[in-house]
Amino acid sequence: MSTLHMVNKSPFERGAMQSCLEHALEGDGVLLFEDGVYGAVKGSAVTGLIENKAGSVKVYVLGPDLAARGIAGGRLIEGITVVDYPGFVDLVTAHKGTQSWL
Amino acid sequence: MKLSILVNEGPYTHQSADSAYQFTKAALEKGVEIFRVFFYHDGVNNGTRLTVPPQDDRNIQKNWSELAEQYKLDLVVCIAAAQRRGILDEGEAKRHGKGDGAANIAPGFRISGLGQLIEAGIEADRLVVFGD
Repeated sequence: MSTLHMVNKSPFERGAMQSCLEHALEGDGVLLFEDGVYGAVKGSAVTGLIENKAGSVKVYVLGPDLAARGIAGGRLIEGITVVDYPGFVDLVTAHKGTQSWL
Repeated sequence: MKLSILVNEGPYTHQSADSAYQFTKAALEKGVEIFRVFFYHDGVNNGTRLTVPPQDDRNIQKNWSELAEQYKLDLVVCIAAAQRRGILDEGEAKRHGKGDGAANIAPGFRISGLGQLIEAGIEADRLVVFGD
């Protein structure tokens, strides 16, 4: 595993998630948190961005931020892993570095 | 594994000040060492002792101070960013003639320079950036 990309902006507000997915290399992880969790919802205009990378990049979403926005687990794109804050810490330590897409 | 945290967003703005706190707390509770938390740009506003949020709301500033006390955390506020935003310790308040009692740095925080951020990046295995 190499880089953990951290995206905290809604893909409907800014292009951070799209830029991140275009730059992410095979084996990288992408964590969607804060307003970034909207990118994890299936059936939206940006769902394809994540689905196209499904084979090479692992996508995670922060559970507490989903809950704060009323997004139930059943509404997520297939293959996305929900993590909590301790899981967030594990992702940071498991990757070689982190990149915040501010 | 040693981590350093960079906080670039003020409290009660979007969510980054909260995320940084929750992440730091989770790491400490897991036994992961936090070398330093550096507050830069509007992030320095996390370090004022004068915030008085409603009683049923979280007190972001106080949460940091309590975490610092519990885990002997090093909370560093960037001096240039702090001076622009009126965050002063005793020494700075005196140096700039702001009068007695003008110091408003919160317990557990200290004011220092950008070198502390560079050192935090060098000494830690990962630097995790929270901001807007």
